[in-house]
Amino acid sequence: MIDREQVRHVARLARLSLSEDEEARITEQLSGILEHVEKISALDLNGVEPTTHVIELTNRFRPDVPVEAPPREVLLEAAPEGDGDSAGFEVPSPQA
Amino acid sequence: MTALEPVIGLEIHVQLATETKMFCGCRLSFGDEPNSHICPVCLGHPGVLPNVNEQAIVYALMIGEALGCEIAERSTFHRKNYFYPDLPKGYQISQYDHPIAVDGRLGDVRVHRAHLEEDAAKLSHKGASGRIHGSGASVVDFNRGGTPLVEIVSEPDIRSAAQAREWAQLLRATLASLGVSDCNMEEGSLRVDGNVSLRPAGSDELGTKTELKNMNSFRFLERGIEAEIERQRELIESGQEVEQETLHFHPDDGSLTPMRSKEYAHDYRYFPEPDLVPVVPTAEMREAARAALPELPAARKERYLTELDLPEATAASLAFQPELGGFFEDALAANSDATPRAIANWVTGDLVAALREQDLGEDPYRSKAEPREIAALAAMVEGKQVSHSAGKQILAKLAAEGGTAAGVVESEGLAQISDDSEIDAMIDAAIESEPEAADQVRSGNEKAIGRIVGAAMKNSQGRIDGGLAREKILERLG
Repeated sequence: MIDREQVRHVARLARLSLSEDEEARITEQLSGILEHVEKISALDLNGVEPTTHVIELTNRFRPDVPVEAPPREVLLEAAPEGDGDSAGFEVPSPQA
Repeated sequence: MTALEPVIGLEIHVQLATETKMFCGCRLSFGDEPNSHICPVCLGHPGVLPNVNEQAIVYALMIGEALGCEIAERSTFHRKNYFYPDLPKGYQISQYDHPIAVDGRLGDVRVHRAHLEEDAAKLSHKGASGRIHGSGASVVDFNRGGTPLVEIVSEPDIRSAAQAREWAQLLRATLASLGVSDCNMEEGSLRVDGNVSLRPAGSDELGTKTELKNMNSFRFLERGIEAEIERQRELIESGQEVEQETLHFHPDDGSLTPMRSKEYAHDYRYFPEPDLVPVVPTAEMREAARAALPELPAARKERYLTELDLPEATAASLAFQPELGGFFEDALAANSDATPRAIANWVTGDLVAALREQDLGEDPYRSKAEPREIAALAAMVEGKQVSHSAGKQILAKLAAEGGTAAGVVESEGLAQISDDSEIDAMIDAAIESEPEAADQVRSGNEKAIGRIVGAAMKNSQGRIDGGLAREKILERLG
């Protein structure tokens, strides 16, 4: 269903570093999940609209009105590394 | 070798001018202190839910209608997955196989689709170079993250860099007239990327394309595409192949450099966004969007040509430059005695020149001149109360200092000289001051008359009508 190479590829896209053991285990788990989902293809689904959402709701909107957010200092506490000068989220440069 | 033909498509991202972001209630802003308009939703905290901004849907529907698109009966959001620090959730909420609008047309270019998505945050790179390469750390400003965007994708119907610029200008004018965006290319609320490939002229197949980014003005758009067409032409004509890549345009020297590709960048693993339900535009929603459409630039140009009898280039520049067109409409509404053509000429000619001189960009409302005073000026010149050259002085004064046209005429003493004997005396003096030219005119060389007319205008400080001066000079020398 899914091979080690595909797992490595997806892990790389998600910037995850997996050990050999983890790769093996996840390959097995993902294959199991895909096999399970694959069962749906046993059904004749001609003319059935793909389900994009399990709740039969449409057009849930909010008015275009500003809403107060939690204090900035609190939000900035989640920053991996505060930038002393300009209050921001400092990250390693993505392409350095 | 068969001639090569450029095939160009454009992708335009336009930031919507809503009050708040696409999926949360944070205010939109530009230039505010970094990270001053953020909340758990646009920071991608675990467990938060996106909530669709109704006004963004309204604007997207207006754009779809204005571009003659088919509006989707059922439109859904997808997650576009990629890993980059400007995207805190690890995915961008966008649209994939059910965009809100498809299959439209603007002018002579077909529109493939228009879809809604959220903007990424803004990365600024620390260190002296200012460029991405080599700098060790970046700071993320999430104020921009989550801004509603509509991405408009054209079909590859464009055949030259100049046509690409013209179409992008028409699109900008159309979006600006809708009021759905500031459409400011420098500030990035309108971003135009180009897809460029070459193929043998007449072929139906498409060559390998490259994507051009960072062309943040219409001039750069044209120059960037022009440079890329030439680069590909040289490659192909020397037997090499064009590589599919993304190129970054450098405005300072007009060069194009490959952007180091985000690894596997095109492997986005789209899947339906489970946190959002479908958008199903109702008949009422579509009707409201249609009703909200103003006169669109293409229609406005047509009206200028047929009803106001404006020349093609003037009609286009007024219709496709929203600020200029708005100023012209206001001047027309002032009900002066001037013809629309005369007002149009003053606005697109001398007023635009004055804006350039004062470094005010393309918005005539930033000058001191009032639309009704430009109309009054046009009427004065048409009614021969002031000469054309005096008119130019009045306009310059109005643009720089404001006030009324009549007031400037008064204070500068620019009223046309109406006393015949005074005019005659000035004509005689002009002929005397240019004896050589006078002789030439006498011997049949009418071209030389320009210098005498010029002298008369100068002596009178532009207070004689040029046509009248010419007539009188010819009478004397003919």
